[in-house]
Order: sequence, then C-alpha cells, then structure tokens
Amino acid sequence: MREAAVLSPAAIEAHRARRRGAGYFVRRNPTLCGGIIVLACVALAALIAPLIAGDPLALKPADRLSPPSHAHPFGTDHLGRDVWARTVYGARVSLTVGLAVSAISMGIGLLIGLLAGFSKPVERMVMRLMDGLMAIPAILLAVALLSLSKAGAVVVVAAIVIPEIPRVVRLVRSVVLGVREQPYVEAAVASGTKLAKILWRHILPATLPPLIVQATYISASAILIEAALSFLGAGTPPEIPSWGNMIASSRLYLALAPWTIFCPGLALAAVVLAVNLVGDGLRDRLDPRIARRM
Amino acid sequence: MLAFIVRRLASTVLVMGLVGVFIFLLLRLSPGDPAAIIAGDNATPAQIEAIRTSLGLNDRLVVQFAHWAARVLAGDLGISIFSNVPVATLIGQRIGPTLSLAATTLMLALALALAAGVTAAWKAGSLLDRVIMILSVIGFSLPVFVVGYLLIYVFAVTLHWLPVQGYTPLSEGVGPWARHLVLPSCALGLAYVALIARITRAAMLDVLAEDYMRTARAKGVATGPMLLKHALKNAGVPIITIVGIGIALLIGGVVITETVFNIPGIGRLVVDAISKRDYPIIQGVILLFSGVYVIVNLLVDLSYTLLDPRIRY
Repeated sequence: MREAAVLSPAAIEAHRARRRGAGYFVRRNPTLCGGIIVLACVALAALIAPLIAGDPLALKPADRLSPPSHAHPFGTDHLGRDVWARTVYGARVSLTVGLAVSAISMGIGLLIGLLAGFSKPVERMVMRLMDGLMAIPAILLAVALLSLSKAGAVVVVAAIVIPEIPRVVRLVRSVVLGVREQPYVEAAVASGTKLAKILWRHILPATLPPLIVQATYISASAILIEAALSFLGAGTPPEIPSWGNMIASSRLYLALAPWTIFCPGLALAAVVLAVNLVGDGLRDRLDPRIARRM
Repeated sequence: MLAFIVRRLASTVLVMGLVGVFIFLLLRLSPGDPAAIIAGDNATPAQIEAIRTSLGLNDRLVVQFAHWAARVLAGDLGISIFSNVPVATLIGQRIGPTLSLAATTLMLALALALAAGVTAAWKAGSLLDRVIMILSVIGFSLPVFVVGYLLIYVFAVTLHWLPVQGYTPLSEGVGPWARHLVLPSCALGLAYVALIARITRAAMLDVLAEDYMRTARAKGVATGPMLLKHALKNAGVPIITIVGIGIALLIGGVVITETVFNIPGIGRLVVDAISKRDYPIIQGVILLFSGVYVIVNLLVDLSYTLLDPRIRY
C-alpha cells in the first residue's frame, strides 16, 4: 500500500523494465551494457590468467621480436617474452589499481567531504587544502610522491589516490550543501537527531548516486595515470608486467615489432573506454540532472 | 570589481603558498641528506654537521620554509644534484620546445574542439552529432602515448610524411619546426579536444534553447553569425572554465608527449630527473607547472566579466 503511493518515476521504470526483460534494458542502455561486457571479459581473463596464458616472464631469446603466430598470438618482445601472456597479466595491475584507487579515494573523500559540508571551521581549512592539492597536476604529484620511496604496488596506489581525493571532497561537499537545506534534514536537526546519525541516515544516501558515477570516472583516470607512470619509469616496477611498462620497454622496437606496443596499448584503450562508457551509462541513469545536458 | 580582483588574487596567493608548503615538505621528506651529498664520500661526520649548519638544515622547519620560500620568490629554485647547474637555468634552456608544443596544441585543439562542439549542438540528435560525441568519448579514453606511437607508426614509419621524433627550433625555419610539432600536438591535444568539444556542445545546447536565439532566427540572422556571435559567445563561460581546468590534462600530457617524441623540453627534463632522483629539478618543475595552472585559472576567472557583462562581482 505504502509503496504504491510513493512510487518514484525510477521505480516505475524499473518495474516496467522487469516486465520487458533483459533485452529491453540492453537496448535502452547500450553503452552501459557494452562497457560492462568488455570489463567482465577483461576481468575474467585477468582472474584465470594462468589457465589461458603462459609464463609472462619466460625468456626465449631465440624467438625474440617474432610476429603474431599460432604459438604467440600477440607475438614476442625484444627478450622473447610472450606479449599475450604479458598483456593478460598486465590486466591484473590495471584493474587492481582502478578498483583500489576509486574505493580508497571514495572512502577518504566521502569522510572529509561530509565533515566539510557540515562544519564551517573544518570546511574553510579543508577546502583551501584541497585547492592547493588540486593546483598540482595529478601525474606530477604522483611522480613526486613516487620519487620518495621504492616503487611498489601500494605506493603506486597511494600516489594516485592523493591527487584524486580533492575531486571527491568537492563533489560530496557540493551535494551536502544542497541537501543540508532540505526540510527533512532541518526536521531531523530540529528533533534533536545526533549529527552522526543525520550524516549517516539522511545525508550519505543523497551523495551516493553522483559518487558512484564519479567513482567510475576516477577508476578510468587511475588506470590511465598508472599506465603513464609505468611508461615514464616511475610506476609499476619492470619485473611485474603492466601495460605501461610493456610499452616503455618496447618503444625502441616500434618500427620492427609494432605488436609489442599496440597490443598492450589497445588493451589499455579498450579498458579505459569501457570504464568511461559505464560511467556515462550510470550518469544517464543515476544523475538525470546532468544527463539532460550532456 | 576591484574588490573581487583583490579577493581573487589573495586566494591565488594562498593556493600557491599551500602548493609551496606541499613541495617544501616533499623536498624535506625526500631520502638522502643534502649535506652528505655536498660533502662527498670522504667527509667526516663533523664536516657534514658543519655543512648542515651552514645550509640551515638544523633550523626549525618553519624557519627553513621561510628561507626556501624567499629564495623561490627571488627565482632561485635550487641546484641540480646531478649536473650542479641551477634548476632555473636548466628550465630556461628547456622552455622553448615546451612552449612551442603547448602553443601549437592549444591553438589546434581550441579550433577543432569549438568547431566540433558547435556543429554537434547545431545538428543535435543527427548522425553527425552522434559520430562527434562517440569520437569524443574515444578520444578522451585513448592514452597520450598510445596515440603518439600510433601516429608515429602510421605517418612517420609507414608513410614517411613526417619526421619520427625530435625537435627543431623556430630559428631554423618555420617549416621544419612545424613539421616536427604536427604529430606531438595531435597526440597531446586529442583528449583536450574531446573534453572541450563535449562541454561546448552542452553549453551550446543550453543557449540554443533560449528565447533570444528564436528571436535571432526570426529576424533573419544568417546561420553562421547566429551560431558564432549569438550562441557561442553566450556559451563562453562554461567553455572557458573547462579550457582552464583542462590545462592540468595538457601539463600531464606534455611530460608524456615529450618522452614519446623525444622533444628536449621541460617534460623530458623532469622525466630524466626521476630516473636520477634529482629532487631539486622535480620540485622546481612541479612548482613551475602548478604556478602556470593557478595563473591560467586566475585569468579564466577574471575573463568571465569580459565574456558576460551580466556577471558583476
């Protein structure tokens, strides 16, 4: 009974979509579904990498720079390593970095943003700090942080998270500032609800839809930055195959063996494109205010 | 208006001050004792301690920061550990190629992005609009170095139309200079074009729905002037905002593009410094690039009143 009275347009649409089945959903959201399918395939390949690819580190000097063939579907690089195996294992680095960076920067950014949106003194200080962080170009800030210690997976993730945090904080704060003036929040404040509970029950849910959209864009940018850092020799160490350091180590062989560069390059472009398409698709569904304009 | 400019300048100074604090802390946190490096391998602990005192490394952190900030403001960015040359001199030597690359990319990217965005908005919903928007999503997803190598492979290695890598200064002729910059500018500008084209389309769609656009059409303004003078000018504020924010994209891209195309600019300087752990260079370049970003965005904010006289501060 209660539900029937307050069904939102989204809920009605969801109900209709259920009746029409999955095919209808796919046709209405081609970019979202296309992106998810590509990402699912890449994630599956990364998970079962040992089953579908050989040793990414095995050297076969006799086979160096051999073009794609039956034995080596993506050819071999200048040390005779199998490019297919390295590309598949490289997906592990990119996907892990993408997921880890967006999860961690969301968590930290959400916490800071909620506090900043609800406390004037915190807001002043935090937003100025964020302005300062935002002014340093992300790749350079990550490079500077990485130059402080030995490169490793954790350091790389941390170095990419720090430049992303201000973007999350700004988004959360802007949503909180809007929601804070809503009558239902005023009612909660007036009835003496504790601040923590107001934040958790009334403010947090409003920030989630735009935050989920932002999280996908952040993973896309994190994957690109990791690849760029590894390409510049400051990211993933060379003994772990990643798409960025594969391209870096093959760059002298562009004319001789283009597959050593374009196979990981294509994989990287496809994954980033898929994540961005998922982001656009989610934005259209979750944030109709922006979707109308884009 | 004057009050706004003063306030905006004050916040710019504050942001740059914060950037300075971050970079100073990075410098202090970086491994390796500068005194030990200067003293050399055969120095006694007493000699190192003497150098520490003379460098002011034993002062309180706040005092050290004040001295460092004063030197930076005077244009002294420190001395490269590796080559013993002042960082400011090194940057001066390398700024030509980077400025050339940035200028050509900006002009190329703005022209292309505005044309694509305006066309897409004008023909909204058409096949052309969808193609432009799909291309812009793809362009935004392609990594700079992948595009760079693809362009080199197609236009330099295979077709031999353009040089593979390198840079020729403008003083050796406009032709060779431009030929070396075509591919790097395209690789660097692609993501920027995609970003600006998307925002241009969105801003134009908002303006095209306004009543005064219908009036312009009704009184017989031709399509070209209508789109450019009536619509694009009014859509200027969001576009110029994203042009300013996108500079960050361009700065990160410059570092990668110069590596791919072997251009001896500031980007290469910092990449070489990473492998040698030459901290003063890394910090000097970050300070410079952050300063450029902050100043560009200050100019963007100030330009709003010129673009849109309704905006009064």
